[in-house]
Amino acid sequence: MTHLLRMIVEPGFFGNGPVRVALVAGGVVALVSGVVGIFTVLRGQSFAGHALADVGATGGSGAFLAGINPLWGFVGIGVVAAGVMEIIGIRRPRGRDVATGVVLGAGLGLAALFLYWDTTFTNTTGATISVLFGSMFVISGSTVPVIVAFSLLALAVVMLLYRPLLLSSVSTDIATVRGVPVRITGVLYLLAMAVAVSLAALTIGAILSTALLVGPAATAMRLTSKTGLAVLWSGLIGVAATWLGILLAYDSFYWPPAQHGWPVSFFVVTLVFVFYLLAQLPAIGRAGGARARQARTGG
Amino acid sequence: MTSLNGKAVTTGRQLATTGQQLAGSGADMLAVDGVSVRLAGREVLRDIRFAIRPGEFVGLIGSNGAGKTTLLRVILGLQQPSAGTVRIDGADRARHAPAIGYVPQKVLLDPDMPLRARDLVGLGLDGHRLGIPLPSRGRRQLIDEMLRAVGAGLFGDERVGNLSGGEQQRVLIAHALISRPRLLLLDEPLANLDIRSEQEIVGLLARIAREQKISVLLSAHEMNPLLPVMNRIVYLAAGRAASGTTDEVVRTEVLSKLYGQHVDVIHVHGRILVVAGRGDGPAEPVGEDGAHCAVQSVPDWQ
Repeated sequence: MTHLLRMIVEPGFFGNGPVRVALVAGGVVALVSGVVGIFTVLRGQSFAGHALADVGATGGSGAFLAGINPLWGFVGIGVVAAGVMEIIGIRRPRGRDVATGVVLGAGLGLAALFLYWDTTFTNTTGATISVLFGSMFVISGSTVPVIVAFSLLALAVVMLLYRPLLLSSVSTDIATVRGVPVRITGVLYLLAMAVAVSLAALTIGAILSTALLVGPAATAMRLTSKTGLAVLWSGLIGVAATWLGILLAYDSFYWPPAQHGWPVSFFVVTLVFVFYLLAQLPAIGRAGGARARQARTGG
Repeated sequence: MTSLNGKAVTTGRQLATTGQQLAGSGADMLAVDGVSVRLAGREVLRDIRFAIRPGEFVGLIGSNGAGKTTLLRVILGLQQPSAGTVRIDGADRARHAPAIGYVPQKVLLDPDMPLRARDLVGLGLDGHRLGIPLPSRGRRQLIDEMLRAVGAGLFGDERVGNLSGGEQQRVLIAHALISRPRLLLLDEPLANLDIRSEQEIVGLLARIAREQKISVLLSAHEMNPLLPVMNRIVYLAAGRAASGTTDEVVRTEVLSKLYGQHVDVIHVHGRILVVAGRGDGPAEPVGEDGAHCAVQSVPDWQ
């Protein structure tokens, strides 16, 4: 048993400092992304979520350039981008994609410039990889409390707005008639989403953080028809993918090519996708069963 | 003594006057008075006036684009009128929003949405409140009761997005009713329903209006399914409205004046057809979709 466990969890896994930081930071961030993500999918704002995540690259690369903690770059640019999207008109059904697209384009243009400067003028050669694909194992221990604080903030906003968000996802008109301040609710949600993807950009990268936002949510929505349970599942699936990903990345140090661990973000995102595929199985089984029943009854 | 008597009389008269005012404003659940709406420079509604008394079932009839949705949005306070007032239960509408239950025409209910019929009905109870809904026996009983009242007891645990159009309408009606409104507004609830569901929804709404004394204002482009249950009709055409009983409003003279062109009102087997024509020329349907002259094989009521 101990031998088997040692095979799965390589020796020194829990004793390793960067691994412990990754488990805490990555876990908290995945939980928040999963919970926030349910509402992203319900509100049809996956594109906005993806754009906020990608634009994080601008903030992250800018922070490397300025020599400050990338966390501030990610969160700062996410909040600014969410504000600009709101001003351009993300609440209008047609304006939504336009606002998102315009902000995404402008942000990535800046990111291109910053990343170029990062690699040419400063000594941060790993900046591009770490901004775009994450740096879970190089998060400094002192950043963890800030990550946790931001996570709790985003989580609190979404839990507080739980019912108004659901109601306005069904119909903004009903919500307005019931006295929900639909616009303020939308802005606050957008900000919470910006914070969630910015934090995920720090752990698994600006490009990949959408995966943690949308993947667990989409998986959870297949598993249960209860809203509350879907929120819970989504958070747990995100955490499971992240922790399992960290474990595999740690183990992969001994995989070929030897003495070079595989990127942790790869494992996390792949696991999110695998979970999603697994969640489709019951539905496929049901459809097959229905077809079989139909064939039997000759319908 | 005389002065005291005189004073008493005056006070009595004042009381009587105040009483009359209260009775006058209390008689109407909804009073729409001279409402006009301009959208992008075009006058969509002009001087609309009608009233609904408690427990009345009123059909808001008009073809597509006649302004039914706009009028409902004005009543709900979602659209500002360019002129006129809307009073709900004798008060300005802004202060009385909780008295209104609303079933909109377009509702986003994706089949993948993890939202059961009972969740949606629960949102009707406390969807505007902050925080997560805490499960309680009272809340659950109230939702169960409401689901059964609209005949949705059997599919309360299904995802709303997976329900049929008629089933979704029932759930949305339960959602609107659970907050105990005194006025229920429904925007085209019969659109896209099969004939059987259409009859069931109309019967359900008529029963609710009768039993719970809730005033119902329902918009539709086809009046025939509503004929057996409507107390009164508000007929919208060319941005103007005529209201009264069906017999008063759906007449050749009244509707011709409303449309600004000659229309014929024809009674066939208990159904009413409104047909445009110049008298000698061939009859043409009124409205772009011909909804008013659509001959549906609707079986007779009861």
